[in-house]
Amino acid sequence: MEQIRRIRVYAWEFPVRFSHWINFLCVLTFAVTGLYIGNPYAHAHESHQWIMGWMRTLHFIAGYVFLMSFIIRTYWAFMGNRYASWKALFPFTSEQRRDLANALRFYTFTSKKPPYAIGHNAAAGLVYMGVVVLFAFQIVSGFAMYSLSSQSIIASVVGGWFLSVMELSTIRLFHHITMYLIFAFVLVHIYIAWWLDTVEKNGLIDGIFSGSKFVTEKELE
Amino acid sequence: MGKKPEREYGEIYRTLLNRGVTRRDFMKFCTATAATLGLSATYADKIAEAVQKAKKPPVVWLEMQACTGDTESLLRASKPTAAELILDIISYDYHETVMAPAGHQAEKSLADVVKNHKGKYIAIVEGSIPLKDGGIYCTIGGKSALAIAKEVCGNAMATIAVGNCAWDGGWPAAQPNPTGAVGVKDAVPGIALVNLPGCPMNVENLVATIVHFLTFGSLPVTDTMGRPLFAYGKRIHDNCERRGHFDAGQYVKAWGDHGHRQGWCLYEMGCKGPETYHNCPTVRWNEGVNWPVGSGHGCIGCAAPNFWDTMTPFYRRLPKVPGFGIESTADKVGVGLAAATAAGLVAHGVVRAVKGKPKEEKTEE
Ligand code: HEM
Ligand code: HEM
Ligand code: SF4
Repeated sequence: MEQIRRIRVYAWEFPVRFSHWINFLCVLTFAVTGLYIGNPYAHAHESHQWIMGWMRTLHFIAGYVFLMSFIIRTYWAFMGNRYASWKALFPFTSEQRRDLANALRFYTFTSKKPPYAIGHNAAAGLVYMGVVVLFAFQIVSGFAMYSLSSQSIIASVVGGWFLSVMELSTIRLFHHITMYLIFAFVLVHIYIAWWLDTVEKNGLIDGIFSGSKFVTEKELE
Repeated sequence: MGKKPEREYGEIYRTLLNRGVTRRDFMKFCTATAATLGLSATYADKIAEAVQKAKKPPVVWLEMQACTGDTESLLRASKPTAAELILDIISYDYHETVMAPAGHQAEKSLADVVKNHKGKYIAIVEGSIPLKDGGIYCTIGGKSALAIAKEVCGNAMATIAVGNCAWDGGWPAAQPNPTGAVGVKDAVPGIALVNLPGCPMNVENLVATIVHFLTFGSLPVTDTMGRPLFAYGKRIHDNCERRGHFDAGQYVKAWGDHGHRQGWCLYEMGCKGPETYHNCPTVRWNEGVNWPVGSGHGCIGCAAPNFWDTMTPFYRRLPKVPGFGIESTADKVGVGLAAATAAGLVAHGVVRAVKGKPKEEKTEE
């Protein structure tokens, strides 16, 4: 069998990895605390306990961290390398569109050629675009609700305006449902990351930790 | 404050004195109203002075498409306080439910007010105004509610829309809104209007609004939805006496359970306090005796926009998920979505296992 040479490519710069894992921790925190806020699954025995208080506090701290991470990643979409660029999220070029078709065919088993890509493949880019929208909605709707109980200027700038766009009870409902949409994404996301990692053998998952992927010479051209 | 000669007093105050309201009761009322309006106690004197001098403004009360709950709220006197008497005295000229004249005589008294006091009377509107099919779903004396509202509110010095129906259509406007009902703000746009939503409106807030008008000569400051900030500036949840139990994590799980008997938070029973702006917890109802949450029932969000559509089901925390069946809660839909995704991934994995691994090395030459 022919020997395949793999080259180390630095794809994910620090801000991308940083915001990825901060987001991961935030989404985890949002899920645990948000599910409690939505449906308090543990009850206090004594009045001096502060369970809902803590859950909400954690949720709001994570909210600020998440907002910061979102801003850093957005900034990097304009300042970072071409893999981090916002242009990678849309199939602008004909190359990206061919890539998109290949990826979709691979995922649906109609082709055996994995969607090798140094950054994200074009299909992933589109899905990430959707995730960016979900994240933005959670931030705006979350800070809209937060602005009701917080004097913070950040809350009113980021979310306060949204209160006149949507009714409060609808905001809560959509904030809640969007959590499940994010869950669905995360399931698919981890499944595909692990699948492609085993198929493409390019250290895809390692990549989001270390930044580097290992690609064959063919993929590089 | 020295006793002033009686002739300096306006009609309202003289009537109060004649009916046996003491100066002490009167000052208490002025202080309480200052508090409702969110003013400091020093304003009580200013209010007292204004009410003492005030002439009786002509007031007409229009009854449109509604359940008369706001009139009930108005008339719910158990003892004649200064507040009730003020309302009693001023809402005299025309009030379909409680006035003495009937028929043509009644119509004439309304027409007289509009003609003789043009631009000088206060119009209070209860009920929604149907627009569909030329407004035929609510007519009084042969005139449509819309025509009456345009004429009466359009010529008034100020209009106060009481209750949800007069604000955003209320329950007549709930889906599918068969009569095309709207509130005053949409039926007669551009007039001097203040809205006191709530199902029904709280009479303390009506009195406070009128007293504000008598004292300062203007309507109170409102939010973007036309509701006075003094009454609708804070959420129920922010001033609720059960809030400590909310933060602690102590919730009523079922009616009559241990937590319910202990007065714990009604969040899980569908309390809409976190989504509703109103001053119920501070002003309360029936002369401050109690209010829904105080008596063990969650808030149903009756002062919120389109509450019949946005706040139902009343005993669940979140509204129905649009486009799914009656029984759909956000959690059922969400868990279903996550489960379907997981099932899809498992199926995908099975197909992968059956089809075998792509021969990566070979396809790449
Ligand atoms: C991935 C992102 C997020 C998820 C999955 C999430 C999840 C949730 C869930 C499930 C609820 C309960 C909703 C209900 O049933 O009523 C909730 C409530 C809430 N969330 Fe989030 N959230 C996210 C982001 C944010 C952000 C960025 C903020 C901004 C500070 C925020 C602020 C809030 C607030 C204020 C509430 C209502 C709390 C209350 O009224 O007590 N959330 N969240
Ligand atoms: C809450 C959970 C997660 C969320 C919301 C999430 C979201 C994202 C997003 C938005 C990106 C695009 C990165 C960018 O351009 O900034 C990404 C990339 C990536 N994530 Fe995650 N992620 C999550 C968890 C994970 C986990 C647990 C893993 C590891 C198994 C993982 C592995 C990766 C990899 C390998 C990439 C690069 C993929 C590519 O080449 O296109 N993610 N993730
Ligand atoms: S009873 Fe309702 S308004 Fe009061 S704290 Fe609980 S959820 Fe909030």
